[in-house]
Parts: sequence; structure tokens; C-alpha cells
Amino acid sequence: MRSPRAHYLQVVKHTPFHTRTHAANQLNLWHRWRDYTVSDAYFDVALEYTALRNACAVFDISPMTKHRISGPDALPFLNRLVTRDVSKISEGRVGYCVWCDDRGQVIDDGTIFHLGQNDYRLCSQERQLDWLVRSALGFDVQIREETAEIAAIALQGPTSAAVLRAMGISCIESLTPFSISVVDLAGAPLMISRTGFTGDLGYELWVAPTHAEQLWDALFEAGALYGIKPMGTHALEMARIEAGFIQAGVDFLPADRAIRTDRTRSPFELDLTWLVDFNKDHFTGRAALLFERTRGPRYRLVRLDVEGNKPAKDAYIYDDKRRVVGAVTSSLWSPMCKASIALASVEVTRGSPSDTLWAEIYYQKELKWSRANARCRVVSEAFYTPARRKLTPPPNI
Amino acid sequence: MIKQKPTVVIGAGHNGLVAAAYLARAGQAVLVLEAGAHVGGAAATHEFFKGFRVSSVSHLTSLLDPVVHNDLSLARHGLVFAKTHVKSVALAVDQEALVFEGAQLLAGTLSELDRAAFAPFVKRMQRFASVLGRQHGRVPPRLQWDRLIDAWPAARFGLDVRRLGREDMREFLRVITMAIQDVLDEEFSSDHLKGALAMDAVLGTKLGPRSGNTVFSYLHRHSGQGHLGVALPQGGMGAVSQSLAAAARDAGAEIRLNSKVTSLEVSAGAVAAVLLESGERVEASTVLSSLDPKTTLLALLGARHLDTELAQRVHHFRSIGTAAKVHIALSGLPQFRGVQPEHVGERLLICPSAEYADEAFNAAKYQRYSEQPLMELSVPTVYDATLAPPGQHVLSAIVQYAPYDLKGGWEQARAPFEALVMQVLERYAPGIGKLVLATELLTPVDLERQFGMTGGHWHHGELSMDQALMLRPVHGIAQYQMPVQGLFLCGAGAHPGGGVMGSAGRNAAAVVLKRPS
Repeated sequence: MRSPRAHYLQVVKHTPFHTRTHAANQLNLWHRWRDYTVSDAYFDVALEYTALRNACAVFDISPMTKHRISGPDALPFLNRLVTRDVSKISEGRVGYCVWCDDRGQVIDDGTIFHLGQNDYRLCSQERQLDWLVRSALGFDVQIREETAEIAAIALQGPTSAAVLRAMGISCIESLTPFSISVVDLAGAPLMISRTGFTGDLGYELWVAPTHAEQLWDALFEAGALYGIKPMGTHALEMARIEAGFIQAGVDFLPADRAIRTDRTRSPFELDLTWLVDFNKDHFTGRAALLFERTRGPRYRLVRLDVEGNKPAKDAYIYDDKRRVVGAVTSSLWSPMCKASIALASVEVTRGSPSDTLWAEIYYQKELKWSRANARCRVVSEAFYTPARRKLTPPPNI
Repeated sequence: MIKQKPTVVIGAGHNGLVAAAYLARAGQAVLVLEAGAHVGGAAATHEFFKGFRVSSVSHLTSLLDPVVHNDLSLARHGLVFAKTHVKSVALAVDQEALVFEGAQLLAGTLSELDRAAFAPFVKRMQRFASVLGRQHGRVPPRLQWDRLIDAWPAARFGLDVRRLGREDMREFLRVITMAIQDVLDEEFSSDHLKGALAMDAVLGTKLGPRSGNTVFSYLHRHSGQGHLGVALPQGGMGAVSQSLAAAARDAGAEIRLNSKVTSLEVSAGAVAAVLLESGERVEASTVLSSLDPKTTLLALLGARHLDTELAQRVHHFRSIGTAAKVHIALSGLPQFRGVQPEHVGERLLICPSAEYADEAFNAAKYQRYSEQPLMELSVPTVYDATLAPPGQHVLSAIVQYAPYDLKGGWEQARAPFEALVMQVLERYAPGIGKLVLATELLTPVDLERQFGMTGGHWHHGELSMDQALMLRPVHGIAQYQMPVQGLFLCGAGAHPGGGVMGSAGRNAAAVVLKRPS
């Protein structure tokens, strides 16, 4: 047994599912996500994506940063931290949220799991322990990062409910979107939340690391008839753009990492106005956001349906007068929508649904570069929102 | 009884009273809520032994805002100075004391060079200090502005520096962040003189003469805009507060004693009420707190009503007091070595060299008290007969360094520390021990308990460049208006800081009156 003091010898850790993800990773494609190594793709990005959209796919989310927040002031602490009213997230429910710095600029987004009385889990893309601890001044609250203590996996796609049914998990019949349920997995508690990052019917499963492999095996055994496949980060990225979800570091710069003050975004500028509640008690950034509401935001986030079939990667966005008004942050040729879609940040004076915008797309065919100016239509809904996403009980496909 | 919703001032310290008086004069219904049984806060006089009274904390004024003095007619409200232009007398065990007042060197043995350098040095420092002094009555500039007009306060400060003239400006910018010792070493060779001047730079701070920023603290001490010099209020520092209270009451303010505020009630980002220890709730939409920033924002208001980064900045506002107060009732007038009898009532300094002060400071860095402390002594009874029975005297000593965060705590250290103080005094005033009728020691912990000043810090928080002007108490809230609407800071924790000035109270009141209703 290696001494705990030698922890530094392993620079990048394995997730609790590593024996299984490693065995499944036929392409041997990995990248680093926080402290862990995870799969970019297992066998074929297109097929993994196809499994996700037509059957179901499994994605290892263990490296996601998880914080446990508990104690008598857990609720007031979270309410001061995030912009939405956490008291409306009742026990057994999950809520999407963002939190801001003093200037009302978004530091990160994440999900709050209301696990029990005065007991919450905050999941985020970035590490937030420092900010959480600094925000805890004056609150009777315990904060712990518990990323390594929980193995988590996302099971997403139209047949995901059927797989869980086949595993004998009956509580999913009544499990509504953004709800949590705990069941027994061979003597260990298995927490199931109807959440995900794909915009489709799907679940996230949370278990002690000791039971991770068992969970993986059970899923693939039950899912064999339902087309279950492992899925890497590339396929997930396609799904999240189709769902219109934003990502820290891609669609917005976490405020605590910004050097240039105009590079950050407020919740208003990320189309997250619905997450800002001025009627609750004070939260960090409140005054700045109130001021911004009066003065008006500088930018807005738009979803674009781009003409043609070329992904508008990193494209400048122009208005009708050929003036640059923004840029694409995420883009994709969407196989489901059969369209080129994009998320873009544009000046607030542009980008209302009646506006025509233009994307300047550079692309190459056999090393020859060409440029296309593609007309963009501003879409008000997510690109891909199947009705099953919200149905309870979930359909048996 | 006040009928309309009053403007509440928390704390009847001198700044609270100044703010109350200005607001009441402008026609506001003002209610001052004071936790203690007397007005004055730390600017008070108390009886520490039967028949013997003394200034509780600060015992000399040099910074009292002349505009306040004038506007509030403090003389008419009973403020009399027993002595103005108090001289500084630097004691030495083995030689004649150095006596000076302003740029005038009155007695003492110095080399010709030192003697020649003294007046130009003091006058130059006075010119620099007056740049700071000119800022006292102004709301500090903002570091960020949307309209060009908001840049004016910052520009005006720059202009004040520029108006020093090229040579002075260059020198001002060179020395402003320096350690006083380095500047003194450039000018003088006499340890005795350097010790006396260094004392003004470190008194009331957690800094030593070799700490950066001590030129700034020296300048602050000399930034008073009045023409009384160092002065001794008749009846002790409490007399200043009494006259301010009289001025406030005269203008219509109500002062309620024994009314401790325990928290502020906030609704929709604005102050709604103050809650008292008695359980009483006083509705108010405008509240000025003369308490220190940490008490005001973290204890009364609560960090949860502030943004995270701001709450952290307030939390880290440095406020560890290092100055203790020792009061001694004497059966007769003590004699000090090398001091002419006519100088016993002046400001007596025990700091034989800057090195002495620096070594004294070393202890404080490591949470110990100085074995060889600095002292500023005043025997006010020489000029003020109201403080002690006839023929008897009071000695008031500021003793440094006696850090708030003493290792092992102050309880078991009290007796040895008092003995140490007496031992040092005996060295400079042989036979003083035989005159002692009673003594009282107020450590920073006592000062915190009695006057509610966090860390027992006389200035409500260290007064150095990183906590001064537009950075006082911390950046973002340096213009008296706190982030919660209707809440204002009006004490020494706000610009221009500590010393019995009243400028913070005056400026805060002006901000309150100027805001759009």
C-alpha cells in the first residue's frame, strides 16, 4: 500500500468507474477533467451520440466538483450565494443556479441538490471551495468538498427510464424532472436524480465509490436490450449545445478568472434573467445587478439557426450593416435538428428574434480555406427539446 | 418625544455627536442611541479613584476639526482648553530633556547640524501634513466613475499634491510610503531627537519606526487644521464630548443613554429599523453608525447583507490595538529627570531612541508586550484643577506596545505589566512610586469591552495608507454610504480616521443631507 504522503506521485486520478471506462475505451482517447482522466470518446463519437439520442448512453460525471453544505444556516448561506431563491427548491428537489461576484458577474453555474433538512449538495463545473468558504463569513454552516467521496454517472436518452425499470427501480415512475429519490443497490444507497446535461429524458446516479463498478455492470446488464452505450465528452458536448446549455469557460468566462473586466457576463447577459430574484434577501452581486437592470445589460446570449451546413465555429457575428456585433461561443452541425446551430454573445442592441444576423464562417475543404457569410435566425427556444423530457411517468421506449 | 421616523445615530462618541448635531441643525429629527451610561464613547473623562478623574483614552487634542469647533459653537457649549500649544518634552535618564513645540526647539542638547535641520524638517512635514489635512473635510474620491464630474474629487486631491510645488511634491511622493526611521536617519544624528519624532509616527498604531507607512502616520498626527496646537481640554477629553452633546441637544437631537443597539433590521436592501438590547425596535430609514466598521457591518448588520468580497475586506480590516492606558493618582507632583519644573504639565515622551521604539515594537509583532515600553505622559492637573483634589495630581500614560492579542491573554499579565510601567516611570521620575495612591490599567481588551472598539484600536482600525482616504475602511465603501441603503458610517473607521477630530461625523452628516430624498 502506497503511503498517503505519496499522493503527488499520481498526478491525474482515476474515477471510481475507471476499470470499466478503461475497458470500454476502444479508442484510448482521454483528457483531463479537474483531477481525473476521462474519456473523450469510447468507440465512435457519431455512434455514441446516436445512442444517446435514440437509445441511451452512460457518461461518467464523477470528476464534477461536488460540495456538501450543511448546518443551521445552509439555506440562508445558499440564498446569499446564488441569485435565485433557494427556499423554493424543496427537499428532494434539484435547482439550476448561478452565482456572481460583487460586480454581478457570473462566477459559475451549477445545481443545488436539496438532500435533507439543512443539507445540500452544490455541483459545479469549477472548483468553488475557496469562494464558498469566503462566502460563509457570518453563517453557521459546514462546507466540504466531497468530489472524491461520490461516484456519479449520467444515464441519458430515450430508453434511460426503461433501463432503470429493467433494473427493478420502480420509483422512477413518479420521479419528476429535477427530483431526487434514493433506492437500494445491493445494500448501498443509490441516489437517482432526474437531471442531466443533454436536454433529453435522463438521470444521474450517485453512489459510494465502492459500489461504482457494481452500478456500471448493473446498468450495462439491464441496458443491453435497450441499446446502452458508454459516451465520451465529445458526444456530450454535441448534446449540450443542442439543449442550449451554457458552459463555464466556453460560453462565459468565470468572473474570478477574468483579468479584463469587460470579458465577464452577468446573468442577464447569459439569458438567465429567470434565475435572478430581487425579492429575496440579499445575495452577492444584488446591487450591481439592480444597477444593471436600470442601465441595461451590454450583451445578450442568443441561440442561432445558421443557414447552410457548416458549423459556425468561432465565427464573428455581423449585423445587416456588416458591423461586427458579437461572436459564436459554441457551434455544431446538429444531426437531430439537421441544422447548423450556435450559441453566440452579441451586443444587446442586436439579436432580438426579428433581427437578421450574419455569421462569417471560415472552413476548409482538403486544406483549401474558404469563407461563407451565413444568414442566422435567432431562435427563442432550445434547439432540441423532446416532450419526453418532461413526462411523468417517463415513456417506456 | 420624537414623532416622525427619526434619523438614528448609533453611539454617542464624539463623531456620533458631531453627526447628530449637524443633522439636527439641518432640521432632522435625530435620535442618538448610546450603549453606555455617559456620552463621549472613548472621548470621555472618568473617575478612577475617589476624587481623581482622567481622560479615559486619548488625553490631548491636536486634530479637533476647527470647522466643527466653529460650526457647533463648542466654546459657547462649554469647551474650554486648560492649555493650548502643549510642548513635547522628550525625557532622558542621563541628560536634559528635549523640549519642542511645532518647529521651535526650546531646550535640550543637540549638535549644531541637528539644531539647524530641525525647523526645516518640521516645517516641511507640516506642509506635507496639510495636504492630508485639506482632505479631512472632504468625502474621499471614488476609484471608479461613470461621469467625468465624479473624477473631480480625485483630481482635486492630485491638485493638492501638485500645489506643493515641484520640489516638495517630489519629496512628498518619495517619503509618503517610507518608514519614519529612514527619513529621520537622513536628517538627524541625535538618537534622542529621532526617538521623540518617531514616537509621533507610531503612537496608536501597530507599526514600528522601521515599518513602511510610518511617515504617513506621522503626517496624519500633524494634519490638524486648528490653531491650538496640542491642547488640553479643561475637564479632560470628556469635556469635548460634553460640549458636543450640548450642541447636539441644543439643535434638537435626543440622546438616549443605556440603549445598546444589537442589530439592524434590513428590508429590500434598505435599513428598516434598529433593535435594542432591551428588545425595543426603533423604526428608522436613515441610520448613522459611529461604531467601528467591523462592529457596524459584521456584528450589527451581518455579513449576509453584504456582498462576499466586501464582507471579506471588512473582515480583514486591520484593527489590533497596541496602546494601553495607565492612570495614576498621585499625592503630589512628580519630578522628572532633566525636566524643568515648568514643563511637568507638558506632553512627556519616553522614547530615548528610534531603536528603542523598534525593539519595543518587536514584542508586539510576536504578541508580547514590550519590556521597555514607549510612553506618552500627561499630568493634566498641572493646568486643570478640576481633575484632582487640591495639591494632588493625576498622571495619564499611553503605554505601548501592549497588544490586544497578547499571548496567554491579559488576565495574568495585568499585574506584571503594571509593575513594569511603574519600574520604567521610576527610572525617569525617581520617587514617583511613593506618591502613588491608586492606579488603573486599561488594556486594549478593556478598551474593547468598555468602548466597543474592535481590537481595542483607538482609531477603530489601523491608520495606514492601505486603510486611508478612498481605502478607509475598505475600498468601495469609503464615501460614508454603506451598501445597505440608508446606512452610513460616521466614526473613526471612516475617512479621515482616528484622533478626536469630528471630521468623519461632519462629512457623514453632509453626505446624508446631500443625498436625494
